[in-house]
Amino acid sequence: MTDGLADFLKGTKAEGRAALAGYLPAGYPSIEGSREAFAALIDGGCDILEIGVPFSDPVLDGPTIQAASGTALSTGFRLRDLFGLVESVSSAGGRAVVMTYWNPVYAYGVDRFARDLAAAGGLGVITPDLVPDEADDWLATSTEHNLDRIFLLAPSSTEERIVSTLDVSSGFVYATSVMGVTGARDAVSSAAPTLVSRIREHTSDLAVGVGLGIRSGAQAAETASFADVVIVGSAFVSKVADGLPALTALASELADGVRTSPAPVA
Amino acid sequence: MTEQAGESDPTAQQPDEHDPDARGYFGDYGGRFMPEALIAAIDELSAEYDKARIDPDFLGEFNRLLRDYAGRPSLLTEAKRFSRHAGGARIFLKREDLNHTGSHKINNVLGQGLLTKRMGKARVIAETGAGQHGVATATIAAMMGLDCTIYMGEVDTERQSLNVARMRLLGAEVIPVKSGSRTLKDAINEALRDWVTNVDSTHYVLGTAAGAHPFPLIVRNFHKIIGIEARAQILDQAGRLPDAVAACVGGGSNAIGIFYGFIDDPAVRLYGFEPGGKGIETGEHGAALGEGTPGLLHGSRSYLLQDEDGQIAEAYSISAGLDYPGVGPEHSQLKDSGRAEYRSITDAEAMDAFALLSRTEGIIPAIESSHALAGAIKLGTELGEDGLIVVSLSGRGDKDMGTATEWFNLNSPDAAASRKDS
Ligand SMILES: Cc1ncc(COP(=O)(O)O)c(C=O)c1O
Repeated sequence: MTDGLADFLKGTKAEGRAALAGYLPAGYPSIEGSREAFAALIDGGCDILEIGVPFSDPVLDGPTIQAASGTALSTGFRLRDLFGLVESVSSAGGRAVVMTYWNPVYAYGVDRFARDLAAAGGLGVITPDLVPDEADDWLATSTEHNLDRIFLLAPSSTEERIVSTLDVSSGFVYATSVMGVTGARDAVSSAAPTLVSRIREHTSDLAVGVGLGIRSGAQAAETASFADVVIVGSAFVSKVADGLPALTALASELADGVRTSPAPVA
Repeated sequence: MTEQAGESDPTAQQPDEHDPDARGYFGDYGGRFMPEALIAAIDELSAEYDKARIDPDFLGEFNRLLRDYAGRPSLLTEAKRFSRHAGGARIFLKREDLNHTGSHKINNVLGQGLLTKRMGKARVIAETGAGQHGVATATIAAMMGLDCTIYMGEVDTERQSLNVARMRLLGAEVIPVKSGSRTLKDAINEALRDWVTNVDSTHYVLGTAAGAHPFPLIVRNFHKIIGIEARAQILDQAGRLPDAVAACVGGGSNAIGIFYGFIDDPAVRLYGFEPGGKGIETGEHGAALGEGTPGLLHGSRSYLLQDEDGQIAEAYSISAGLDYPGVGPEHSQLKDSGRAEYRSITDAEAMDAFALLSRTEGIIPAIESSHALAGAIKLGTELGEDGLIVVSLSGRGDKDMGTATEWFNLNSPDAAASRKDS
């Protein structure tokens, strides 16, 4: 894949830093507002933009993202609006990946979704409730459309599942740092470094992203000491209400954070 | 009932040709559309159930609890006066309302409670709509010494407040869920969020034959007893198999349980009655099989009420236990194969049947079960005088007295007289 996430993440690794990924739900606080919000994240230094598809039943999300997704849906977000947003993120120089519960993709048509996403410049899809065991059609269409497949691993994943998930992953693999739902937390869980080192025993080249709960530059730095991608969601979502400059400021703080400590040597 | 597992054991859990495939699919439906973080827990549950279902100790204990704690076998009662309103067909009621805690839900929770103990977990959580599954879970948690948290949509805590009090008295924590439609679907979402956070210590006692594999299999098998007993009882009392079996369908557990006893009797037609709410044409209903399309919710692929973007629709029913936009995957397979037929019953039809059974038989049914009763009236009219119908009377209606009082204006002294003709 040319200019895919893998190449980009090799570059950040070579620079001795982690990449910063910022998440916001599409259509929050409005369709136009989310274009501006993503632009603010790019301005502040987010390398990867995770565009969340608002879903009626976000079982892996805590109150912050639940509420934002609800707002996006009630102000009229439709799945077809996603691709325009991906396009605007890509043309502003952001690397766009989509994060989505699987039913919207299933309803849209897996193949049609992959085609439209690739055409809009999207690089891949993060799938919180789709495990590789159920992903036969996605494995095929993502290959066909050159999209990265970003699956999740958890502290509860067995060695066997880590291996089989890594086998079909591309771009990076998403290590959930705590058992639980999304939401900012005060401390980065101690389960995260353990999970990342378990993952690294089985892969030398696939990048590992860590998310769930990061909200400060210090936490980003701490996470960057063992992860290749530092993923921040709820903290950005909470900042949307404070305006675009606040979003950019948080992104810069986190972007400094991921550069503060050397990325791990694989 | 014997103390051992074996062919004569009506609760035998042995694998058979109706089991889902190794990936948890009933035909095209089922599977495990779950976050990775929960896969280890559902793998553990599968492994434990695979051992338990052939373990004489487990089966013996399960059977003993069904008999000595839940009060099984439940009766099969002929509803003669009620039948007169059903074209003269003979109607028999499978009396799950007489089980301890007042519904079929106790069968499943006794089985899952024993599995929880075997897995060494000290805490159970559950969702509840009508509160019957929550009460059943709180009950076995008290009896087995487990911590218990129940998630219940805020709307349902109001319309089923008696059950909230019961659960709290039994020692469970009841958490009203304020997200989404504040009903059953949202209670399941919240229970899943708890589970993913506390999975090491906690078993999620799912209350219906839906969710990720192995839940649809396990829940069905713990409810198979309903159909197995009913088949033997109807042969005994009527001397033949019924023409039709009727059950209400929320997620589908009482229906799959009673269907199972007759699934290999092709002459017995199986009917599931979904909540038609204010009428299908109003859009306010919960008829997932009748009106939905296949999609993914709460861990499995099944028929589902959703919009073209795959956003899950908010179901509606007067009955909290049927107010759910999805349905268990095995019902989707039975619908597609034609083995079972699914129809819908409106709020008004269900409430009429609720009153009719009360007045003609002295049995106050749950509003959920009243959907099956209303269905049986229609089936009876279609079948005529020679017809023979078994209805799953899945629960009793005490919990519904608030709704009924409002619907029939029962606080007025004239209310009783108005339908004396029944
Ligand atoms: C009495 C009764 N019947 C039926 C149901 C519906 O559930 P299911 O379709 O799983 O049997 C409920 C659910 O709360 C119930 O309480």
